[in-house]
Amino acid sequence: MSTSVAPQESVLSPKFYEAMKALEPQYPRKTALILPALHQAQSEFGWLPKEALEAVAQYIGVHPAQIREVASFYTMFNLKPVGKTHLKICTNVACVLRGADDLVSFCEKKLGIACGETTPDGKFTLSEEECLGACGTAPAMMANDDYIENLDIPKLNDFLERSQHER
Amino acid sequence: MSAEVQTLFIQHFGKDSNRTLSYYQSQQSGYVAAKTVVTTMTPDQVIEEVKKSNLRGRGGAGFPTGMKWSFIPKGGDKPKYLVCNADESEPGTFKDRDLIRYTPHGLIEGMIIGAYAIGCKHAYIYIRGEYTREARLLNEAIQEAKSAGFLGEKIFGTDFSLNITVHRGAGAYICGEETGLLNSLEGKRGEPRVKPPFPAISGAFGCPTAVNNVESLASIPHIIRLGGEAYSKLGAVEKSGGTRIISLSGQVKRPGLYEIQAGSKTLRQIIYDLGGGMKKEKKLKAVIPGGSSAPVLTADEIDVIYDIEPLMKIGTMMGSAAIMVVSESVDLPKLLWRITKFYAHESCGQCTPCREGCHWMESILHRICHGQGREDDLDTLTSLAGNIGGKTLCALGDAAAGPVASFIKKFRPEFEAKITPVVRGQKRYA
Repeated sequence: MSTSVAPQESVLSPKFYEAMKALEPQYPRKTALILPALHQAQSEFGWLPKEALEAVAQYIGVHPAQIREVASFYTMFNLKPVGKTHLKICTNVACVLRGADDLVSFCEKKLGIACGETTPDGKFTLSEEECLGACGTAPAMMANDDYIENLDIPKLNDFLERSQHER
Repeated sequence: MSAEVQTLFIQHFGKDSNRTLSYYQSQQSGYVAAKTVVTTMTPDQVIEEVKKSNLRGRGGAGFPTGMKWSFIPKGGDKPKYLVCNADESEPGTFKDRDLIRYTPHGLIEGMIIGAYAIGCKHAYIYIRGEYTREARLLNEAIQEAKSAGFLGEKIFGTDFSLNITVHRGAGAYICGEETGLLNSLEGKRGEPRVKPPFPAISGAFGCPTAVNNVESLASIPHIIRLGGEAYSKLGAVEKSGGTRIISLSGQVKRPGLYEIQAGSKTLRQIIYDLGGGMKKEKKLKAVIPGGSSAPVLTADEIDVIYDIEPLMKIGTMMGSAAIMVVSESVDLPKLLWRITKFYAHESCGQCTPCREGCHWMESILHRICHGQGREDDLDTLTSLAGNIGGKTLCALGDAAAGPVASFIKKFRPEFEAKITPVVRGQKRYA
Protein backbone atom coordinates (compact mmCIF):
# COMPACT_ATOMS: atom_id res chain seq x y z
CA MET A 1 0.00 0.00 0.00
CA SER A 2 1.29 3.41 -0.87
CA THR A 3 1.96 5.65 2.08
CA SER A 4 2.79 8.82 0.26
CA VAL A 5 0.06 11.36 0.06
CA ALA A 6 0.31 14.59 -1.78
CA PRO A 7 -0.93 17.12 0.75
CA GLN A 8 -3.01 18.85 -1.91
CA GLU A 9 -5.36 15.88 -2.20
CA SER A 10 -5.86 15.58 1.54
CA VAL A 11 -8.39 17.17 3.87
CA LEU A 12 -5.51 17.61 6.29
CA SER A 13 -3.29 20.66 6.05
CA PRO A 14 0.38 20.71 5.02
CA LYS A 15 1.07 21.49 8.69
CA PHE A 16 -0.17 18.01 9.57
CA TYR A 17 2.29 16.38 7.19
CA GLU A 18 5.14 18.57 8.39
CA ALA A 19 4.44 17.69 12.02
CA MET A 20 4.31 13.99 11.18
CA LYS A 21 7.49 14.13 9.16
CA ALA A 22 9.30 15.59 12.16
CA LEU A 23 8.00 12.77 14.36
CA GLU A 24 8.67 9.87 12.00
CA PRO A 25 12.35 9.35 12.94
CA GLN A 26 11.40 9.13 16.60
CA TYR A 27 9.61 5.80 16.28
CA PRO A 28 10.74 2.46 14.86
CA ARG A 29 7.32 1.85 13.27
CA LYS A 30 5.04 4.20 11.44
CA THR A 31 1.95 2.82 13.18
CA ALA A 32 3.24 4.38 16.42
CA LEU A 33 2.31 7.70 14.83
CA ILE A 34 -1.39 6.88 14.94
CA LEU A 35 -2.07 8.68 18.24
CA PRO A 36 0.04 11.73 17.42
CA ALA A 37 -1.63 11.86 14.00
CA LEU A 38 -5.11 11.70 15.48
CA HIS A 39 -4.28 14.48 17.95
CA GLN A 40 -2.91 16.60 15.12
CA ALA A 41 -5.89 15.91 12.87
CA GLN A 42 -8.33 16.68 15.66
CA SER A 43 -6.61 19.99 16.29
CA GLU A 44 -7.49 20.98 12.72
CA PHE A 45 -11.19 20.13 12.87
CA GLY A 46 -12.03 20.13 16.57
CA TRP A 47 -13.20 16.57 15.98
CA LEU A 48 -12.42 13.64 13.68
CA PRO A 49 -14.68 13.48 10.67
CA LYS A 50 -14.60 10.36 8.51
CA GLU A 51 -12.47 12.11 5.88
CA ALA A 52 -9.85 12.96 8.49
CA LEU A 53 -9.71 9.35 9.70
CA GLU A 54 -9.30 8.22 6.11
CA ALA A 55 -6.54 10.72 5.48
CA VAL A 56 -4.74 9.54 8.62
CA ALA A 57 -5.14 5.93 7.48
CA GLN A 58 -3.72 6.77 4.10
CA TYR A 59 -0.79 8.59 5.63
CA ILE A 60 0.00 5.74 8.05
CA GLY A 61 -0.59 3.11 5.37
CA VAL A 62 -3.31 1.09 7.08
CA HIS A 63 -7.00 0.43 6.49
CA PRO A 64 -9.31 3.20 7.78
CA ALA A 65 -11.00 0.61 10.01
CA GLN A 66 -7.77 0.27 11.97
CA ILE A 67 -7.70 4.01 12.60
CA ARG A 68 -11.33 4.05 13.66
CA GLU A 69 -10.71 1.07 15.94
CA VAL A 70 -7.96 2.98 17.71
CA ALA A 71 -9.70 6.37 17.74
CA SER A 72 -12.88 4.92 19.25
CA PHE A 73 -10.94 3.47 22.18
CA TYR A 74 -9.86 6.83 23.58
CA THR A 75 -12.27 9.32 25.11
CA MET A 76 -10.34 12.38 23.95
CA PHE A 77 -10.91 11.63 20.29
CA ASN A 78 -14.22 13.14 19.29
CA LEU A 79 -15.95 11.07 16.63
CA LYS A 80 -18.81 13.56 16.66
CA PRO A 81 -18.58 17.34 16.36
CA VAL A 82 -18.24 19.24 19.64
CA GLY A 83 -18.98 22.83 20.58
CA LYS A 84 -16.46 25.63 20.39
CA THR A 85 -15.87 25.24 24.11
CA HIS A 86 -15.89 21.65 25.28
CA LEU A 87 -16.52 21.63 29.02
CA LYS A 88 -15.37 18.47 30.74
CA ILE A 89 -16.29 18.50 34.40
CA CYS A 90 -14.58 15.88 36.53
CA THR A 91 -17.14 13.89 38.48
CA ASN A 92 -14.79 11.32 39.93
CA VAL A 93 -14.39 10.75 43.68
CA ALA A 94 -12.18 13.66 44.77
CA CYS A 95 -14.19 16.21 42.78
CA VAL A 96 -17.56 14.80 43.85
CA LEU A 97 -16.42 15.03 47.47
CA ARG A 98 -15.95 18.74 46.89
CA GLY A 99 -19.15 19.57 45.05
CA ALA A 100 -18.72 18.54 41.40
CA ASP A 101 -22.32 17.32 41.13
CA ASP A 102 -23.59 20.84 41.84
CA LEU A 103 -21.35 22.20 39.10
CA VAL A 104 -22.76 19.76 36.58
CA SER A 105 -26.37 20.63 37.50
CA PHE A 106 -25.53 24.32 37.32
CA CYS A 107 -24.08 23.95 33.82
CA GLU A 108 -26.97 21.84 32.62
CA LYS A 109 -29.43 24.43 33.84
CA LYS A 110 -27.52 27.45 32.60
CA LEU A 111 -26.77 26.00 29.17
CA GLY A 112 -30.09 24.18 28.84
CA ILE A 113 -28.46 20.91 27.80
CA ALA A 114 -27.75 17.58 29.45
CA CYS A 115 -24.31 16.02 29.76
CA GLY A 116 -23.13 14.72 26.43
CA GLU A 117 -25.04 17.39 24.49
CA THR A 118 -24.09 20.50 22.55
CA THR A 119 -25.92 23.82 22.70
CA PRO A 120 -27.90 24.64 19.53
CA ASP A 121 -25.62 27.61 18.80
CA GLY A 122 -22.65 25.24 18.81
CA LYS A 123 -20.86 27.17 21.51
CA PHE A 124 -20.74 24.58 24.27
CA THR A 125 -20.52 20.83 24.67
CA LEU A 126 -20.91 19.56 28.21
CA SER A 127 -19.35 16.27 29.33
CA GLU A 128 -18.74 14.50 32.58
CA GLU A 129 -15.10 13.53 32.79
CA GLU A 130 -13.21 10.94 34.78
CA CYS A 131 -10.36 11.89 37.11
CA LEU A 132 -8.28 14.70 35.60
CA GLY A 133 -5.44 14.39 38.10
CA ALA A 134 -6.26 17.68 39.77
CA CYS A 135 -7.70 16.25 43.00
CA GLY A 136 -5.73 18.59 45.28
CA THR A 137 -7.42 21.54 43.62
CA ALA A 138 -10.82 19.87 43.24
CA PRO A 139 -13.35 20.38 41.86
CA ALA A 140 -11.73 20.73 38.47
CA MET A 141 -12.74 20.81 34.85
CA MET A 142 -11.23 21.20 31.44
CA ALA A 143 -12.37 23.75 28.91
CA ASN A 144 -10.89 22.43 25.65
CA ASP A 145 -7.18 21.95 26.54
CA ASP A 146 -7.12 24.14 29.64
CA TYR A 147 -7.58 23.14 33.24
CA ILE A 148 -9.73 25.26 35.53
CA GLU A 149 -9.32 24.28 39.16
CA ASN A 150 -10.65 25.13 42.62
CA LEU A 151 -13.99 25.66 40.95
CA ASP A 152 -17.15 26.92 42.54
CA ILE A 153 -20.40 28.12 41.05
CA PRO A 154 -19.49 31.85 40.84
CA LYS A 155 -16.18 31.01 39.15
CA LEU A 156 -17.90 28.63 36.74
CA ASN A 157 -20.60 31.19 36.01
CA ASP A 158 -17.98 33.85 35.21
CA PHE A 159 -16.24 31.47 32.88
CA LEU A 160 -19.44 30.56 31.06
CA GLU A 161 -20.39 34.23 30.71
CA ARG A 162 -17.01 35.12 29.27
CA SER A 163 -17.00 32.20 26.84
CA GLN A 164 -20.57 32.99 25.80
CA HIS A 165 -19.55 36.45 24.66
CA GLU A 166 -16.38 35.44 22.89
CA ARG A 167 -16.50 35.51 19.09
CA MET B 1 17.81 9.67 61.55
CA SER B 2 17.67 13.37 62.19
CA ALA B 3 14.47 14.71 63.71
CA GLU B 4 14.07 17.16 60.89
CA VAL B 5 11.90 15.96 58.04
CA GLN B 6 13.88 15.55 54.88
CA THR B 7 12.15 16.10 51.60
CA LEU B 8 13.59 15.81 48.12
CA PHE B 9 10.98 17.36 45.88
CA ILE B 10 8.27 19.36 47.47
CA GLN B 11 10.33 22.39 48.44
CA HIS B 12 10.74 23.07 44.73
CA PHE B 13 7.02 22.93 43.92
CA GLY B 14 4.73 25.87 43.39
CA LYS B 15 6.94 28.33 41.54
CA ASP B 16 6.98 28.36 37.75
CA SER B 17 10.55 29.63 37.58
CA ASN B 18 11.76 26.48 39.37
CA ARG B 19 11.33 24.40 36.27
CA THR B 20 14.20 25.93 34.36
CA LEU B 21 17.52 24.24 33.73
CA SER B 22 19.38 27.05 35.48
CA TYR B 23 17.33 26.60 38.65
CA TYR B 24 17.76 22.84 38.49
CA GLN B 25 21.51 23.15 38.12
CA SER B 26 22.04 25.83 40.73
CA GLN B 27 19.55 24.70 43.38
CA GLN B 28 19.34 20.93 42.92
CA SER B 29 22.86 20.03 41.72
CA GLY B 30 21.18 19.24 38.44
CA TYR B 31 22.80 16.73 36.07
CA VAL B 32 25.75 16.13 38.39
CA ALA B 33 24.44 12.65 39.17
CA ALA B 34 23.94 11.87 35.48
CA LYS B 35 27.49 12.99 34.75
CA THR B 36 28.88 10.84 37.56
CA VAL B 37 26.95 7.85 36.26
CA VAL B 38 27.77 8.21 32.59
CA THR B 39 31.44 9.07 33.04
CA THR B 40 32.47 6.95 36.04
CA MET B 41 30.04 4.08 36.65
CA THR B 42 29.18 0.85 34.84
CA PRO B 43 25.51 0.05 34.18
CA ASP B 44 25.73 -2.78 36.72
CA GLN B 45 27.03 -0.42 39.38
CA VAL B 46 24.08 1.89 38.76
CA ILE B 47 21.58 -0.95 39.07
CA GLU B 48 23.32 -2.11 42.26
CA GLU B 49 23.05 1.37 43.77
CA VAL B 50 19.36 1.60 42.91
CA LYS B 51 18.78 -1.86 44.41
CA LYS B 52 20.49 -0.72 47.61
CA SER B 53 18.22 2.31 47.78
CA ASN B 54 15.09 0.20 48.31
CA LEU B 55 13.27 2.41 45.85
CA ARG B 56 9.94 0.77 45.11
CA GLY B 57 7.92 1.80 42.09
CA ARG B 58 5.83 4.86 42.82
CA GLY B 59 3.15 4.18 40.24
CA GLY B 60 1.20 1.80 42.42
CA ALA B 61 2.56 -1.72 42.29
CA GLY B 62 5.58 -0.94 44.47
CA PHE B 63 7.94 -3.20 42.54
CA PRO B 64 11.63 -2.55 43.32
CA THR B 65 13.00 -0.33 40.55
CA GLY B 66 16.55 -1.72 40.66
CA MET B 67 15.27 -5.25 40.26
CA LYS B 68 13.07 -4.21 37.34
CA TRP B 69 16.11 -2.79 35.55
CA SER B 70 18.15 -5.91 36.28
CA PHE B 71 15.62 -8.02 34.32
CA ILE B 72 16.55 -6.27 31.06
CA PRO B 73 18.79 -8.70 29.20
CA LYS B 74 22.37 -7.57 28.67
CA GLY B 75 23.66 -7.33 25.11
CA GLY B 76 21.59 -8.76 22.29
CA ASP B 77 20.92 -7.01 19.01
CA LYS B 78 17.48 -5.64 19.80
CA PRO B 79 17.21 -2.03 20.92
CA LYS B 80 16.13 -1.51 24.53
CA TYR B 81 13.59 1.03 25.64
CA LEU B 82 12.98 3.02 28.76
CA VAL B 83 9.42 4.26 28.99
CA CYS B 84 8.30 6.72 31.62
CA ASN B 85 4.74 6.14 32.72
CA ALA B 86 3.27 9.61 33.11
CA ASP B 87 -0.28 8.45 32.53
CA GLU B 88 -1.21 9.27 36.14
CA SER B 89 -4.72 7.91 35.79
CA GLU B 90 -5.46 6.40 39.18
CA PRO B 91 -8.25 8.55 40.61
CA GLY B 92 -6.94 10.66 43.48
CA THR B 93 -3.37 10.87 42.20
CA PHE B 94 -1.88 14.19 41.13
CA LYS B 95 1.77 14.10 42.19
CA ASP B 96 3.34 13.37 38.81
CA ARG B 97 1.68 16.42 37.33
CA ASP B 98 3.50 18.71 39.78
CA LEU B 99 6.74 16.78 39.40
CA ILE B 100 6.54 17.48 35.68
CA ARG B 101 5.52 21.07 36.20
CA TYR B 102 8.22 21.99 38.68
CA THR B 103 11.09 19.53 38.25
CA PRO B 104 10.94 18.29 34.66
CA HIS B 105 14.73 18.15 34.61
CA GLY B 106 14.71 15.82 37.59
CA LEU B 107 12.68 13.39 35.51
CA ILE B 108 14.92 13.83 32.48
CA GLU B 109 18.05 13.28 34.55
CA GLY B 110 16.50 10.17 36.10
CA MET B 111 15.76 8.92 32.59
CA ILE B 112 19.33 9.53 31.44
CA ILE B 113 20.59 7.43 34.35
CA GLY B 114 17.95 4.73 33.81
CA ALA B 115 18.63 4.58 30.08
CA TYR B 116 22.34 4.26 30.73
CA ALA B 117 21.72 1.45 33.22
CA ILE B 118 19.65 -0.65 30.81
CA GLY B 119 21.42 0.31 27.57
CA CYS B 120 18.63 2.36 26.00
CA LYS B 121 19.23 4.92 23.27
CA HIS B 122 15.70 6.18 22.77
CA ALA B 123 13.31 6.70 25.65
CA TYR B 124 9.66 7.69 25.70
CA ILE B 125 7.54 9.61 28.15
CA TYR B 126 3.96 8.43 27.81
CA ILE B 127 1.90 11.25 29.27
CA ARG B 128 -1.87 11.27 29.68
CA GLY B 129 -3.57 13.22 26.93
CA GLU B 130 -5.25 15.68 29.27
CA TYR B 131 -1.87 16.97 30.46
CA THR B 132 -1.45 19.10 27.33
CA ARG B 133 0.39 21.86 29.12
CA GLU B 134 2.63 19.43 30.99
CA ALA B 135 3.55 17.71 27.71
CA ARG B 136 4.57 21.08 26.34
CA LEU B 137 6.63 21.86 29.46
CA LEU B 138 8.38 18.52 29.11
CA ASN B 139 9.21 19.20 25.49
CA GLU B 140 10.62 22.58 26.47
CA ALA B 141 12.75 21.00 29.19
CA ILE B 142 13.97 18.32 26.77
CA GLN B 143 15.03 21.05 24.33
CA GLU B 144 16.84 22.86 27.13
CA ALA B 145 18.64 19.67 28.16
CA LYS B 146 19.54 18.96 24.54
CA SER B 147 21.00 22.43 24.03
CA ALA B 148 23.12 21.96 27.15
CA GLY B 149 24.43 18.63 25.85
CA PHE B 150 22.67 16.42 28.40
CA LEU B 151 20.61 14.71 25.72
CA GLY B 152 21.47 13.80 22.14
CA GLU B 153 24.72 12.34 20.84
CA LYS B 154 27.83 11.65 22.89
CA ILE B 155 26.53 12.81 26.25
CA PHE B 156 29.29 14.16 28.55
CA GLY B 157 31.79 13.38 25.80
CA THR B 158 31.22 9.63 26.06
CA ASP B 159 29.79 7.17 23.54
CA PHE B 160 26.44 7.23 25.31
CA SER B 161 23.58 8.82 23.37
CA LEU B 162 19.97 9.32 24.33
CA ASN B 163 16.91 10.97 22.88
CA ILE B 164 13.58 11.33 24.62
CA THR B 165 10.20 11.57 22.89
CA VAL B 166 7.07 12.76 24.64
CA HIS B 167 4.11 10.65 23.54
CA ARG B 168 0.62 11.81 24.44
CA GLY B 169 -2.15 9.42 25.42
CA ALA B 170 -5.74 10.26 24.64
CA GLY B 171 -7.88 9.55 27.66
CA ALA B 172 -7.89 5.95 28.86
CA TYR B 173 -7.31 4.82 32.45
CA ILE B 174 -6.09 1.45 31.28
CA CYS B 175 -3.05 3.02 29.61
CA GLY B 176 -1.57 3.40 33.08
CA GLU B 177 -1.22 -0.39 33.07
CA GLU B 178 2.22 -0.92 31.61
CA THR B 179 1.35 -3.27 28.77
CA GLY B 180 -1.77 -1.25 27.90
CA LEU B 181 0.55 1.74 27.80
CA LEU B 182 2.97 -0.04 25.49
CA ASN B 183 0.19 -1.01 23.09
CA SER B 184 -0.98 2.58 23.12
CA LEU B 185 2.57 3.77 22.43
CA GLU B 186 2.65 1.43 19.44
CA GLY B 187 -0.50 3.05 18.06
CA LYS B 188 -2.98 0.41 19.15
CA ARG B 189 -5.95 0.30 21.48
CA GLY B 190 -4.62 0.42 25.03
CA GLU B 191 -5.50 -3.17 25.83
CA PRO B 192 -3.22 -4.92 28.32
CA ARG B 193 -1.21 -7.86 27.03
CA VAL B 194 -1.01 -11.43 28.18
CA LYS B 195 2.01 -11.85 30.47
CA PRO B 196 4.49 -13.45 30.20
CA PRO B 197 6.37 -12.31 28.23
CA PHE B 198 6.94 -9.38 30.55
CA PRO B 199 8.04 -6.02 29.12
CA ALA B 200 11.62 -6.65 30.26
CA ILE B 201 11.78 -9.35 27.58
CA SER B 202 9.24 -8.12 25.04
CA GLY B 203 7.93 -4.63 25.65
CA ALA B 204 7.74 -1.65 23.33
CA PHE B 205 7.93 -2.72 19.66
CA GLY B 206 8.76 -6.26 20.78
CA CYS B 207 11.98 -5.17 22.46
CA PRO B 208 13.20 -5.31 26.07
CA THR B 209 11.60 -2.41 27.93
CA ALA B 210 11.55 -0.94 31.42
CA VAL B 211 8.44 1.04 32.33
CA ASN B 212 8.88 3.35 35.32
CA ASN B 213 6.67 5.92 36.99
CA VAL B 214 7.59 9.64 36.95
CA GLU B 215 8.30 9.82 40.69
CA SER B 216 10.41 6.65 40.57
CA LEU B 217 12.58 8.09 37.81
CA ALA B 218 12.78 11.53 39.41
CA SER B 219 14.07 9.83 42.57
CA ILE B 220 17.03 8.31 40.74
CA PRO B 221 19.30 11.39 40.68
CA HIS B 222 18.78 11.71 44.45
CA ILE B 223 19.79 8.07 44.92
CA ILE B 224 23.01 8.62 43.01
CA ARG B 225 23.68 11.92 44.78
CA LEU B 226 23.05 10.59 48.30
CA GLY B 227 24.16 7.03 47.70
CA GLY B 228 21.74 4.10 47.67
CA GLU B 229 22.18 3.31 51.32
CA ALA B 230 21.62 6.85 52.57
CA TYR B 231 18.54 7.17 50.35
CA SER B 232 17.22 3.92 51.74
CA LYS B 233 17.67 5.20 55.28
CA LEU B 234 15.37 8.13 54.54
CA GLY B 235 12.63 5.56 54.84
CA ALA B 236 11.50 4.80 58.36
CA VAL B 237 10.49 1.22 57.63
CA GLU B 238 12.84 -1.50 56.54
CA LYS B 239 11.71 -2.34 53.04
CA SER B 240 10.84 1.13 51.74
CA GLY B 241 13.54 3.63 50.93
CA GLY B 242 13.37 7.34 50.35
CA THR B 243 10.43 9.67 50.53
CA ARG B 244 6.87 9.39 49.27
CA ILE B 245 4.82 12.14 47.73
CA ILE B 246 1.28 11.83 48.99
CA SER B 247 -1.72 13.15 47.06
CA LEU B 248 -4.21 14.13 49.75
CA SER B 249 -7.71 15.02 48.58
CA GLY B 250 -11.35 14.97 49.59
CA GLN B 251 -12.88 16.53 52.65
CA VAL B 252 -9.84 17.73 54.54
CA LYS B 253 -9.01 21.33 55.33
CA ARG B 254 -5.79 21.40 53.34
CA PRO B 255 -5.85 19.04 50.38
CA GLY B 256 -2.67 18.93 48.33
CA LEU B 257 0.69 17.23 47.97
CA TYR B 258 2.77 16.26 50.99
CA GLU B 259 6.11 14.54 51.04
CA ILE B 260 7.03 12.27 53.93
CA GLN B 261 9.93 9.98 54.66
CA ALA B 262 8.52 6.58 53.70
CA GLY B 263 6.72 4.96 56.61
CA SER B 264 7.28 7.86 59.01
CA LYS B 265 3.63 8.76 59.63
CA THR B 266 0.32 7.13 60.32
CA LEU B 267 -2.71 7.76 58.18
CA ARG B 268 -4.20 9.72 61.09
CA GLN B 269 -1.15 12.00 61.24
CA ILE B 270 -1.37 12.62 57.52
CA ILE B 271 -5.05 13.52 57.64
CA TYR B 272 -5.01 15.57 60.84
CA ASP B 273 -1.48 16.99 61.11
CA LEU B 274 -0.65 17.53 57.45
CA GLY B 275 -4.14 17.91 56.03
CA GLY B 276 -5.36 20.03 58.95
CA GLY B 277 -8.17 17.64 59.82
CA MET B 278 -11.68 17.47 58.51
CA LYS B 279 -13.28 20.25 56.54
CA LYS B 280 -15.96 22.07 58.56
CA GLU B 281 -15.02 19.86 61.55
CA LYS B 282 -17.18 17.05 60.18
CA LYS B 283 -16.65 13.56 61.50
CA LEU B 284 -14.42 11.25 59.51
CA LYS B 285 -16.30 8.30 58.04
CA ALA B 286 -14.04 6.55 55.57
CA VAL B 287 -10.63 6.79 53.94
CA ILE B 288 -9.62 5.49 50.54
CA PRO B 289 -5.91 5.13 51.16
CA GLY B 290 -4.24 4.38 47.82
CA GLY B 291 -6.19 5.65 44.84
CA SER B 292 -9.77 4.64 44.13
CA SER B 293 -8.74 1.01 43.56
CA ALA B 294 -7.72 0.57 47.18
CA PRO B 295 -10.16 -1.16 49.52
CA VAL B 296 -11.73 1.40 51.87
CA LEU B 297 -10.81 1.91 55.54
CA THR B 298 -13.13 2.98 58.35
CA ALA B 299 -12.40 5.87 60.73
CA ASP B 300 -11.20 3.31 63.29
CA GLU B 301 -8.50 1.93 61.04
CA ILE B 302 -6.37 5.01 60.48
CA ASP B 303 -3.74 4.47 63.14
CA VAL B 304 -1.85 2.38 60.64
CA ILE B 305 1.64 3.33 59.46
CA TYR B 306 1.19 4.72 55.98
CA ASP B 307 3.37 2.41 53.94
CA ILE B 308 3.15 -0.63 51.68
CA GLU B 309 3.34 -3.54 54.14
CA PRO B 310 1.34 -2.09 57.05
CA LEU B 311 -1.53 -1.24 54.70
CA MET B 312 -1.36 -4.62 53.02
CA LYS B 313 -1.59 -6.24 56.42
CA ILE B 314 -4.96 -4.63 57.06
CA GLY B 315 -6.31 -5.67 53.67
CA THR B 316 -5.83 -2.56 51.60
CA MET B 317 -2.99 -0.95 49.65
CA MET B 318 -0.86 2.12 49.35
CA GLY B 319 -1.04 2.15 45.56
CA SER B 320 0.04 5.51 44.20
CA ALA B 321 -0.12 7.11 47.69
CA ALA B 322 -3.36 8.91 46.90
CA ILE B 323 -5.51 9.40 49.98
CA MET B 324 -9.14 10.42 49.61
CA VAL B 325 -10.87 11.46 52.79
CA VAL B 326 -14.62 11.01 53.22
CA SER B 327 -16.73 12.68 55.92
CA GLU B 328 -19.96 11.66 57.62
CA SER B 329 -21.97 13.81 55.21
CA VAL B 330 -21.25 11.53 52.26
CA ASP B 331 -23.66 8.92 50.97
CA LEU B 332 -21.36 5.90 50.68
CA PRO B 333 -23.49 3.75 48.36
CA LYS B 334 -23.59 6.67 45.96
CA LEU B 335 -19.83 7.14 46.27
CA LEU B 336 -19.26 3.45 45.58
CA TRP B 337 -21.56 3.70 42.58
CA ARG B 338 -19.38 6.59 41.36
CA ILE B 339 -16.22 4.53 41.76
CA THR B 340 -17.74 1.50 40.06
CA LYS B 341 -19.09 3.58 37.20
CA PHE B 342 -15.53 4.67 36.57
CA TYR B 343 -14.24 1.10 36.29
CA ALA B 344 -17.18 0.06 34.13
CA HIS B 345 -16.36 2.96 31.80
CA GLU B 346 -12.64 2.25 31.75
CA SER B 347 -12.74 -1.54 31.41
CA CYS B 348 -11.08 -2.24 28.08
CA GLY B 349 -13.46 -5.14 27.42
CA GLN B 350 -10.97 -7.92 26.73
CA CYS B 351 -11.74 -10.09 29.76
CA THR B 352 -15.31 -11.20 30.30
CA PRO B 353 -15.32 -11.05 34.14
CA CYS B 354 -14.27 -7.39 34.07
CA ARG B 355 -16.22 -6.28 30.99
CA GLU B 356 -19.50 -7.83 32.14
CA GLY B 357 -18.93 -7.75 35.89
CA CYS B 358 -18.11 -4.05 36.18
CA HIS B 359 -21.22 -3.04 34.27
CA TRP B 360 -23.32 -5.45 36.29
CA MET B 361 -21.98 -4.07 39.58
CA GLU B 362 -22.54 -0.54 38.34
CA SER B 363 -26.16 -1.16 37.39
CA ILE B 364 -26.94 -2.91 40.69
CA LEU B 365 -25.41 -0.04 42.65
CA HIS B 366 -27.31 2.42 40.51
CA ARG B 367 -30.61 0.77 41.32
CA ILE B 368 -29.75 0.61 45.03
CA CYS B 369 -29.06 4.34 44.99
CA HIS B 370 -32.36 4.98 43.25
CA GLY B 371 -34.58 3.12 45.69
CA GLN B 372 -34.88 0.04 43.50
CA GLY B 373 -32.50 -2.20 45.41
CA ARG B 374 -33.41 -5.84 45.91
CA GLU B 375 -32.89 -7.90 49.01
CA ASP B 376 -30.19 -10.11 47.57
CA ASP B 377 -28.35 -7.30 45.80
CA LEU B 378 -25.60 -6.97 48.39
CA ASP B 379 -24.82 -10.66 48.23
CA THR B 380 -24.87 -10.53 44.44
CA LEU B 381 -22.43 -7.62 44.51
CA THR B 382 -20.09 -9.41 46.89
CA SER B 383 -20.24 -12.53 44.75
CA LEU B 384 -19.62 -10.52 41.56
CA ALA B 385 -16.62 -8.82 43.12
CA GLY B 386 -15.26 -12.21 44.13
CA ASN B 387 -15.67 -13.47 40.58
CA ILE B 388 -13.79 -10.56 38.99
CA GLY B 389 -10.79 -10.24 41.31
CA GLY B 390 -7.84 -12.33 40.17
CA LYS B 391 -9.61 -13.51 37.02
CA THR B 392 -8.49 -10.89 34.54
CA LEU B 393 -5.39 -10.15 32.47
CA CYS B 394 -4.60 -6.95 34.31
CA ALA B 395 -5.26 -5.38 37.70
CA LEU B 396 -8.29 -3.35 36.58
CA GLY B 397 -10.53 -6.22 37.58
CA ASP B 398 -9.09 -6.31 41.08
CA ALA B 399 -9.24 -2.53 41.21
CA ALA B 400 -12.98 -2.62 40.54
CA ALA B 401 -13.66 -5.53 42.87
CA GLY B 402 -11.74 -4.26 45.91
CA PRO B 403 -13.86 -1.18 46.59
CA VAL B 404 -17.16 -3.04 46.11
CA ALA B 405 -16.22 -5.89 48.43
CA SER B 406 -14.76 -3.60 51.11
CA PHE B 407 -17.48 -0.92 51.10
CA ILE B 408 -20.18 -3.55 51.51
CA LYS B 409 -18.26 -5.47 54.15
CA LYS B 410 -17.46 -2.43 56.25
CA PHE B 411 -20.51 -0.24 55.73
CA ARG B 412 -23.23 -2.82 55.09
CA PRO B 413 -25.92 -1.10 57.22
CA GLU B 414 -25.72 2.00 55.01
CA PHE B 415 -26.44 -0.10 51.97
CA GLU B 416 -29.17 -2.09 53.69
CA ALA B 417 -30.87 1.12 54.74
CA LYS B 418 -31.33 1.95 51.06
CA ILE B 419 -32.97 -1.36 50.27
CA THR B 420 -36.55 -1.55 51.41
CA PRO B 421 -37.47 -5.09 52.37
CA VAL B 422 -39.94 -6.75 50.03
CA VAL B 423 -43.12 -8.10 51.49
CA ARG B 424 -43.25 -11.71 50.47
CA GLY B 425 -45.50 -12.37 47.53
CA GLN B 426 -45.67 -8.74 46.47
CA LYS B 427 -44.38 -7.73 43.11
CA ARG B 428 -41.86 -4.92 43.30
CA TYR B 429 -42.28 -3.62 39.80
CA ALA B 430 -45.54 -3.02 38.08
